[in-house]
Amino acid sequence: MAFNSADTAAFKNVWVFCEQRQGVMMPTTFELISEGRKLADELGVELCGILLGDNVDGIANELGGYGADKVYVYNSPLLKDFTTDAYTKVIVEAVEEFKPEVLVFGASNIGRDLAPRCAARLHTGLCADCTHLDIDMPNYKGFLKEVSTLPEERIEKLGTVMINREPHSVERDLKMTRPAFGGHLMASIICPRFRPAMATVRPGVMKKREYDAAKAAAVEILHPAFELSAEDIKTEVVEVVKAAKKMVDLIGADFIVSVGRGISKDVEKGIALAEELAEVLGGVVGSSRACVDSGWISADHQVGQTGKTVHPKVYVALGISGAIQHKAGMQDSECIIAVNKNENAPIFEVADYGIVGDLFKVVPLLIESIKAAKEAK
Amino acid sequence: MKIMVTVKQVPDTSGKVAVNPDGTLDRASMQTIINPDDMNAVEAALALKDELGCKVIAFTMGPPPAEGMLRELMAMGVDEGVLITAREFGGSDTFATSQIIAAGIDTYGVEEDDIILAGRQAIDGDTAQVGPQIAEKLNLPQITYAGDIKKEGNTLTVKRMLEDGYMTVKVNTPCMITCIKELNNPRYLSVGGAFECYSKPLVTMTYETLKDHPLIDKSTIGLAGSPTNILTSFTPPQKGAGMMLDGDGKETTDKLAGILAGKHII
Repeated sequence: MAFNSADTAAFKNVWVFCEQRQGVMMPTTFELISEGRKLADELGVELCGILLGDNVDGIANELGGYGADKVYVYNSPLLKDFTTDAYTKVIVEAVEEFKPEVLVFGASNIGRDLAPRCAARLHTGLCADCTHLDIDMPNYKGFLKEVSTLPEERIEKLGTVMINREPHSVERDLKMTRPAFGGHLMASIICPRFRPAMATVRPGVMKKREYDAAKAAAVEILHPAFELSAEDIKTEVVEVVKAAKKMVDLIGADFIVSVGRGISKDVEKGIALAEELAEVLGGVVGSSRACVDSGWISADHQVGQTGKTVHPKVYVALGISGAIQHKAGMQDSECIIAVNKNENAPIFEVADYGIVGDLFKVVPLLIESIKAAKEAK
Repeated sequence: MKIMVTVKQVPDTSGKVAVNPDGTLDRASMQTIINPDDMNAVEAALALKDELGCKVIAFTMGPPPAEGMLRELMAMGVDEGVLITAREFGGSDTFATSQIIAAGIDTYGVEEDDIILAGRQAIDGDTAQVGPQIAEKLNLPQITYAGDIKKEGNTLTVKRMLEDGYMTVKVNTPCMITCIKELNNPRYLSVGGAFECYSKPLVTMTYETLKDHPLIDKSTIGLAGSPTNILTSFTPPQKGAGMMLDGDGKETTDKLAGILAGKHII
């Protein structure tokens, strides 16, 4: 039967694109599998991973440990390094064969290259950089009540929408929520008329579930036949270079001490203070976009809309004014501490604890106080 | 050889952003700018023009005032502008937008030695989807996140940035490359350019111009042709006010450390 993305009833199951680089699974994949499990349970269907690479069977089982029922593995030397052409061809043909109703990717530099290309070829909708996904309507309504200022009666009425002058029930649609306009607005997007509903999901946002070794052992690994030749690939990967410097692991950190424009008076000292405080807390150093743009710190430290989204136990903002783009990346931290000279800085709007003062004065004192408090324990 | 650059006029979300009571953006009250990543794409095109003497054409889809942006780009050195504008195109999502812009580019004509450049993403939606989707509709290879572009004959060598390093990728023209801010520093418009910009050609493509193109169909463009729909939009939550500690001395930091220890946070 010919593939028809508008024949929505023919599609079933939730799929996650499992991104690996150099044979190592990207951590975001486990977040997506964990979230995918929730969606599959809400739909009452299977959760499947789709894994492309060269000889990558060895990393497929682990996906089961986070909730996958099945993993479709496509091995080929031509899939060793990511190319848009090869990956798009294999994924599109797999979707045409197995017809998943939901397909999610991590919003990495690779996922954001691949997913739009696949969606365009499949003639379906794609929502970029999602921070929240729902199927179940009561859950979705609960989410809106918690995070939006929409009136409750308007939330309760959600259920049927007019799509091209036809009423359409959104009960089984994937509700894809994402920030827009630099985080000033949130929007929930649906893909009502086509399948699969596709989304890229922001790394670090979805919570990883507890690893289940028994489920990992039980996952079903499948190797469907596929066709791919060198002629299908119009780009040539000459080399893949890993950054020499170890990248800072902001997403996995429990404590983050971030610096902003407030360190401009003495950049070196400002960063050194942040590093010292981070060390005392057992965390890492983050930064606002301003510091990255000024060349004071490398881009892997950047928190915010164009950087990373983090939710550590403690986020300390030093000399960060708190532009909405920055807040979008850190406001879900469990505890936020802000130090800023300007008492009207917007960062204080999201801070649990605020100190108005010069970070060069406050931070050395704070380091002493925290050291003492820890020793007293 | 020619270079076609896709550009977008966007509300400046780095400044003050006004939201209407119904949760939509109050665009009327906001400044518009040329999308920042698109400026890097324009600069890359102009740098290649300086080197090779090729023609640079800027394409945009938007309401008629977007002409002002095209004139500004002409003052920087862009040779021609194409404004794609029609009521029928309104309400398009990324899929439908890419259908229309691809139809516009294809109507203008893509030749063997042409390059299409785009910004990685626009700051209003931050989707990064339209570049790759135009490439798909034109059946061209793509390289996204370009941090460096070198051209030798009809082969481009691109440093394609990753979160943990980069890839070096080669591709032959014609192709689509999306550009990031690390690629270059956009030039300013020149005084001479500002005088010349109104005498440069500007082509307007309407629904009438494009309606016979195979990519253009009422079922694939505009709101009705968009696979995605907005279910609801709202302003993000504001956290409740926290505790402002008095002073900036040792007593204050001791107090804070005490609270954190008391809550077993540290």
